[in-house]
Amino acid sequence: MSNIKYILGSFGDPDDLMHGIEQLQANNIKIHDVYTPMPIHGIEAKLGIKRSRLDILAFFCGITGTMSAFALIYLTSVVDWKHNIGGKPALALPDFIPIMFELTILFCAFSLVGAYYASTHLFPGRAPRVMDLRATDDRFIIAVDAQTNVDHGKIDGLLKDAGALEVKHNERKYISYE
Amino acid sequence: MSGHNESILREPLITGQDITYAKITNDVLMPVENKPNRAWWIGFILSLCGATLWVVAVGYTFWFGIGAWGLNKTVGWAWDITGFVWWVGIGHAGTLISAVLLLFRQNWRNSINRSAEAMTIFAVICAATYVVSHMGRPWLAYWVLPLPNQFGSLWVNFNSPLVWDMFAISTYFSVSLLFWYTGLLPDIATIRDRATGVRRKIYSIFSFGWNGNVKTWQRFEAVSLILAGISTPLVLSVHTIVSMDFATSVIPGWHTTIFPPYFVAGAIFSGFAMVLTLLLVARKVLGLENYITMFHIESMNKIIILTGSIVGVAYITEFFIAWYSGSEYEQYAFINRSTGPYWWAYWMMMTCNVISPQLLWFKKIRTSIPATWILSIVVNIGMWFERFVIIVTSLHRDYIPSSWAMFYPTWVDISVFVGSIGVFFTLFLLFLRVLPSIAMAEVKMILKSASEQEKLKQIKEGHLDKEQVKEYIESLEKFDSVKQEEYAKI
Repeated sequence: MSNIKYILGSFGDPDDLMHGIEQLQANNIKIHDVYTPMPIHGIEAKLGIKRSRLDILAFFCGITGTMSAFALIYLTSVVDWKHNIGGKPALALPDFIPIMFELTILFCAFSLVGAYYASTHLFPGRAPRVMDLRATDDRFIIAVDAQTNVDHGKIDGLLKDAGALEVKHNERKYISYE
Repeated sequence: MSGHNESILREPLITGQDITYAKITNDVLMPVENKPNRAWWIGFILSLCGATLWVVAVGYTFWFGIGAWGLNKTVGWAWDITGFVWWVGIGHAGTLISAVLLLFRQNWRNSINRSAEAMTIFAVICAATYVVSHMGRPWLAYWVLPLPNQFGSLWVNFNSPLVWDMFAISTYFSVSLLFWYTGLLPDIATIRDRATGVRRKIYSIFSFGWNGNVKTWQRFEAVSLILAGISTPLVLSVHTIVSMDFATSVIPGWHTTIFPPYFVAGAIFSGFAMVLTLLLVARKVLGLENYITMFHIESMNKIIILTGSIVGVAYITEFFIAWYSGSEYEQYAFINRSTGPYWWAYWMMMTCNVISPQLLWFKKIRTSIPATWILSIVVNIGMWFERFVIIVTSLHRDYIPSSWAMFYPTWVDISVFVGSIGVFFTLFLLFLRVLPSIAMAEVKMILKSASEQEKLKQIKEGHLDKEQVKEYIESLEKFDSVKQEEYAKI
């Protein structure tokens, strides 16, 4: 058993990268993950990434914001302490709309971003799990688990044929750790 | 997918013939990874002097109270609220560029959204400082929050637009910050992976561990789109509510239903002008001409003509309605605005906001960098006068002629205003030093479809319609960053 943990195909062009993914998949080689410096449209379908459900969460949290704003205003200025403003009714619904709207947006945005950070494990100070330092710069990286896919020569060949500029055999999973 | 060709009729968004993904990173990070040049230091020291002045003036106001300003019992709101509305308005362009243009799939936003959003955040900070300092007793600023009675006051009045404004501005600021910071994560990670030592550690903390895998990117795009979708009505609501601070009162000249759309258009107008003021200098000093091209400048100028004309129509409509309403107080307020003691402020506003932006109909002017830069400053002067005219001229003629008064600013008023500009520029210049001023990932996305080099390659392949190619080459003539000789032989 070799010490190689991951095989990385480093591409200089997103179209070659897509080609590389197709080649590996056609040969039944499981791709661990792909790291790119920019979003690539259509790649999630190839890699079987499910549609995000963050929008559903954002909707319900937004509605919670609307309700919270109404509850706050209703309980304070209609139930707890009525103001007499020119004899007008305490339950002045049109006047409540701006704050209900703002809190809808506030709850929606914060829960959406919070859920996004939580689901993709982003938080301040998290140790970056980087396999190739150029993946945030100008290279498009396909990572293949070398322990489960044993025919390394074949993987190298497929990646090179697809246009990989470089194929790396990493003995450590994440090179970003000190 | 990134490899799809874009119509040749569209002007390029990235110029230059040797642009690669690596070059984009190097060009954008040049100011972040190197020591600042002299232009930056001169700008920074000047801005820092302004910021110091601001600290002194605001400190003086806190110590002695707002009696230090030129306010009197007739004109109780003047430069403070003028400055507040002016800064909030400037902030709006950033959200408009990042959210509305994203919804409309305007790819030219990609290279200007980052700095425009940064500008939004710094402008809203400046606006918020006015809100706090005009309170008189800023240590009781928490009274605007809905806190129960034992804190010393009743529940806030939820029918008051000033309370709505507190919710609107704080939501706007925090949501803009989230949107901006989430967009920054991939670019901070780029700096982190290129840095060493302490810098690497610092950027590592702020990059939140971003590594650019497929799922993160896919969710990132979903989140950006939803944030854009909710920020669009948010930005409209913010200036609508700011305008309601005036429109729901019964002061002649303020009590008009036209205020919300008129304020929103004015905000976009002044915001785009400020974006141009900043970016025309930044692109030159930082050498970003290939990414912020003449197409970007011209597009922003077109938005300025549109919103400037909307503002012009609003001024005229307001005047017409004052007459048509038959209300003599309303009529007086408007006649007094244009011919009374503040006539010069009114005509300053009219000239700077309605007349001079019309010059941008001329292609020569809207594609000239010096002319655009001067006009962008003129627009911001005009928009400051607009708020001054609305606020002070409506107040200075009170209901009883014996209480009619004029407003004269003191040195503190002037210093707070000039100082706030210093604070804004200090923050903006620091931003240019520590964070990438262009969203690198988003520019990389359009490199293969909307760049000049890609289009030239297509032309050379020769399967394109000749007429269209001719039109495209003609459209390139205005670009200052395109080497025209490349096209002479085609």
